[in-house]
Amino acid sequence: MTTNEKTEYNGPAIEIKGMNKWYGDFHVLKDINLEVARGERIVICGPSGSGKSTLIRCINRLEEHQEGDIIVDGMPLINDLKKINAIRKEVGMVFQHFNLFPHLTVLENCSLAPIWVKKMPKKEAEAIGMKFLERVKIPEQAHKYPGQLSGGQQQRVAIARSLCMSPRIMLFDEPTSALDPEMISEVLDVMVELAQEGMTMLCVTHEMGFAKKVADRVIFMDGGEIVEQNEPNEFFNNPQEERTRLFLSQILGH
Amino acid sequence: MPFTPTPARPAPISQMGVIGWLRKNLFSNIPNTLLSLVALYVVWQVLSSVISWAFINADWVGSSRADCTSDGACWVFVSVRLNQFIYGFYPAEARWRPNLAFALLVGFLIWLAVPRIPYKKLGGILALTAFPVAAYFLLYGGAFGLPVVPTSRWGGLLLTIVLAVIGIVLAMPIGIALALGRRSNMPAVRLVCTIFIEFWRGVPLITILFMASVMLPLFFAEGVSIDRLIRALIGITLFQSAYMAEVVRGGLQALGKGQYEAADALGLSYWQKMNLIILPQALKIMIPGIVNTTISLWKDTSLVVIIGLLEVLGQVRQALADPNWLGFPAEGYIFAALTFWVFCFSMSRFSQYLERRLDTGHKN
Repeated sequence: MTTNEKTEYNGPAIEIKGMNKWYGDFHVLKDINLEVARGERIVICGPSGSGKSTLIRCINRLEEHQEGDIIVDGMPLINDLKKINAIRKEVGMVFQHFNLFPHLTVLENCSLAPIWVKKMPKKEAEAIGMKFLERVKIPEQAHKYPGQLSGGQQQRVAIARSLCMSPRIMLFDEPTSALDPEMISEVLDVMVELAQEGMTMLCVTHEMGFAKKVADRVIFMDGGEIVEQNEPNEFFNNPQEERTRLFLSQILGH
Repeated sequence: MPFTPTPARPAPISQMGVIGWLRKNLFSNIPNTLLSLVALYVVWQVLSSVISWAFINADWVGSSRADCTSDGACWVFVSVRLNQFIYGFYPAEARWRPNLAFALLVGFLIWLAVPRIPYKKLGGILALTAFPVAAYFLLYGGAFGLPVVPTSRWGGLLLTIVLAVIGIVLAMPIGIALALGRRSNMPAVRLVCTIFIEFWRGVPLITILFMASVMLPLFFAEGVSIDRLIRALIGITLFQSAYMAEVVRGGLQALGKGQYEAADALGLSYWQKMNLIILPQALKIMIPGIVNTTISLWKDTSLVVIIGLLEVLGQVRQALADPNWLGFPAEGYIFAALTFWVFCFSMSRFSQYLERRLDTGHKN
């Protein structure tokens, strides 16, 4: 029902204007300005502690910013639980450590939010859950518990769980960093497919191959600032800033 | 040549089985062997005298102290007084009522605990609604032609079970509410819950019971009196809920931040997040703590003797003071200890069973 009445807002997916954030006295994000177009795929990289995770966690209010404006899908992010939940319905998130609900089966993980947040009948929610589990290629695991799955499978379930809410924007917070090396590609494949279907994506990742393949724009952050951003070809072959060059040489050098 | 894994071999015989264990743990060298033999001798000495006192030389049947002729234990004392230890001064012709209530309690516990029995939701609802009403009218009476049995006549094991079960069942939701309140973002709620918890946790139960019986009546108008059992129950519940709150808080904190964040990111409301994601997992972590406080409350119920309520231990002590039965404290206290132990040990085993059953093989 809610899907039909969803107003099709066609401005930028995300607008961030003059945003600042502090943890106590520590200035984590400094004067962030960022506009993400609908359907744009952005990869954010940078050394650890550069504020890249914090930035995308501000977009669905897992972290609160202190200054500036964030407008998600046309809705300003303000301190009002109703507004925040309206935004969270439109924004899916995939975490580094999957954060699946271990006491629920894979299918229950997927159908939970449609049932309780969208008030969808259980049958319908489970059908949607199965649809997305097929998309991430693990429908046969639907009735297992997350603890019985490999890391790569768990992360694919986490992606399916987010997609079940039919979000207009997906946030990925280092989705492959906690995976064993042989499982990274199965997760990246799913993300590439999603990108090719036109999902608006913000991806914090060190997978530069992924960035080269699907990103429309790569953003490099350091010390809480956006240091440089460019389309991938230019970004990797012709970085403008010294800090970017140093970072790229460190992660591409081996 | 294709790769074939080396088949696993069994461990050496001397490492396994009873012989292996004995050799490794008791008789590994000469000093250890000597120590083991001395220890075995001491254990045998103690055990043999206890066994001969409690079983071989004991008197089991009879109706008065004259039947206790041997020099072992006089279990006649316990068997003659058994009804008093179980029911207190509950009228003999009405004892079927607590029996039926207890059978219902056990029936509901089995219904809820055994996985194969269906309709768990119905069972849970009935156990929390119909059962308390039924138990009230069975135990207290006053309706359906059941004569009233005033609470002053309740006692023994019956009273222990009433106090402990009601105390725990009421303390559980209050404890959860207090724990959520203590972790709330709202400063006023947090302050009130913290003060409540710290106050009740900082006062001994015996003081609370004493206050409930001596101080509480001072606040009521002349002539208004609240049943002594109710007063004890209020005290026990408030005391217990403070402890329960801290157990629940421990469980909430043991859950990773990721679970809260995942629920938030999906757009679940606070209560949906708590009911669907956090509490089901936290309660599982809390089982040992909950059972621990339950066991300790079960034993603490014997403190109600301070306000003149006589549960198992109180009844035993009362019986020991009977001039016709002087001189059997060991039998009386052993019986009381065994009664407590049977219940507490069962709870402990049940909690371990629950932990195993609810384990889905992954911690957040």
